[in-house]
Amino acid sequence: MKLRFWFVLPTWVWMTGLFGAPFAIVLAYSFLTRGYYGGVIPPWTVENYQRLFDPLYLTILLRSFLMAFAATGLCLLLAFPAALFISRSPKHKNLYLQVVMLPFWTSFLVRTYAWLFLLRDTGLINTTLLKLRMIHGPLPLLYNDGAVLLGLVYAYLPFMVLPIYATLERLDPSLPEAAADLGARPWATLLRVIVPLSRPGVVAGAVLVFIPCLGAYLTPDLLGGGRTVLVGNLVQTQFTTGRDWPFGSAVSMFLMLLVLLVVWGFLRRESELFT
Amino acid sequence: MNPILELRDLVKDYTGQRALAGISLSIPQGSFFSLLGPSGCGKTTTLRLIAGFEEPTSGNVLIKGEVVNRRKPYERNVSTVFQSYALFPHLSTRGNIEFGLKRHGLTDIDSRVADAIRLVGLMGKEARRPTQLSGGERQRVALARSLVLAPDVLLLDEPLAALDPKLRKQMRTELKAMQRRVGITFLLVTHDQEEALSMSDQLAVMNEGRIEQIGSPEEVYLHPRSKFVAGFLGAVNWIEGVGVRPEVMRIAREEQNHGSKSFPATVTDSVFLGDCFQVAVRLNSGEEAVAQVHRSSPVFQPGEAVHVCWNPADEIMVS
Repeated sequence: MKLRFWFVLPTWVWMTGLFGAPFAIVLAYSFLTRGYYGGVIPPWTVENYQRLFDPLYLTILLRSFLMAFAATGLCLLLAFPAALFISRSPKHKNLYLQVVMLPFWTSFLVRTYAWLFLLRDTGLINTTLLKLRMIHGPLPLLYNDGAVLLGLVYAYLPFMVLPIYATLERLDPSLPEAAADLGARPWATLLRVIVPLSRPGVVAGAVLVFIPCLGAYLTPDLLGGGRTVLVGNLVQTQFTTGRDWPFGSAVSMFLMLLVLLVVWGFLRRESELFT
Repeated sequence: MNPILELRDLVKDYTGQRALAGISLSIPQGSFFSLLGPSGCGKTTTLRLIAGFEEPTSGNVLIKGEVVNRRKPYERNVSTVFQSYALFPHLSTRGNIEFGLKRHGLTDIDSRVADAIRLVGLMGKEARRPTQLSGGERQRVALARSLVLAPDVLLLDEPLAALDPKLRKQMRTELKAMQRRVGITFLLVTHDQEEALSMSDQLAVMNEGRIEQIGSPEEVYLHPRSKFVAGFLGAVNWIEGVGVRPEVMRIAREEQNHGSKSFPATVTDSVFLGDCFQVAVRLNSGEEAVAQVHRSSPVFQPGEAVHVCWNPADEIMVS
């Protein structure tokens, strides 16, 4: 008992001080009134939450959800074949996994800027295509929803590949063999056996991609050029130029609540399926 | 009758290692055939080559007279019961049994599934997932899943190994009865000689990638062609170049001269096994031997001077 206490103590201190306290502060802010030059002042109010139901903000929330859904779906489509390939490759598994994780070796900010250099009008892609005379004017590759989606998928793809890989790796190799033995062609084996059994990995990957995409701030800011306002950017604006900390806090809280509900619903359904 | 399955000089190499060194055999339609051998003897490799999970390095696999070497598992009408059963964990008993029927696009799936479930005695467990079934029940699902497809040959890879000893014995009888009822050719892979002896019409004893002997259980047990076969199928005492199984070796206080061979010996140990005593002796010539003695016979004490004797007709002669 005593050992157990000392064992978890550091985690408790860390979580209370660095997660619990800021969370409490933001929660408190969300029920206060905005100060004239930023900050918060009394009295307590629920007005910040009422403002959320303004169509303007609801649209931003909806757009953020759609963007996160699209990014998660695209990640899944790209990650599944990759994970299957890695799990089935007889050699070089570790090499492929290293390649998947290679982007983590440099700063996320630097990598996002790299995309800027690739996608802008005078960037590598447009210049090359122009030189090859395949296009007459630069393609609008940057500062739109497509660029943001690309950036999100790029950033979070490894988080989808790794959990799917982990489940496929653990899959009993005699199961696909049994399917083939019973007359299933490769596609039927994939769709009826491998895909259903990789579900836990897919769910874990989807949660890991969906949540950060929903709150993404840097990618839409840089690649969307401020034109694509997502909920992450809304929060950021409220705390900086908007000088409306209570509203920014309310948006954060509401977003967190939505994520919790979505993930909770998702996981509950999964646990029902698997027990 | 034409054999349903034939192997001709089958060789399989894995990166520098020879797993099968050229085996040939032929199995008649409707029979129960066993491949018996220690682990690593190539019996499972043989099964995988027949199922189509691997391709032979050389030689041929023939099903109904046709060479099927390059055919994929889903293009061969054979089915495997895996050692681990390999049931689909996300499907119910019914879902597992239907799986193959659906892949073959058959129409009367419901009645076939019902028949298969009745055959293996899983009525009332149709909706259960594999994790909700006992080991024996899982094995029945695996059997039903394969049998429902009416394969030319049913391949069984150590199907009883995962069961507890009591259930294993019961399933032996059941498997054999099931095979007779459905009339499908069964090819069993096992390292358990009792299993192979009790169920097979014919068996092949394998060792180091080769077949040592093929024959009926009686032939192989009573007339083994090599020391390996004799020893793998049961205990043997090797005395003066001939083999004597413990169950035909007798122990007496006096020398026996009525057509029996008889040697003086000393009892070194005696163990009660329930149905018999297992008596270990050292012959005066120095050789060790074990005899199974009926429990109604006199009890021998370690250190006692005795005679071991046997009927020369019971001797095992190998080259």
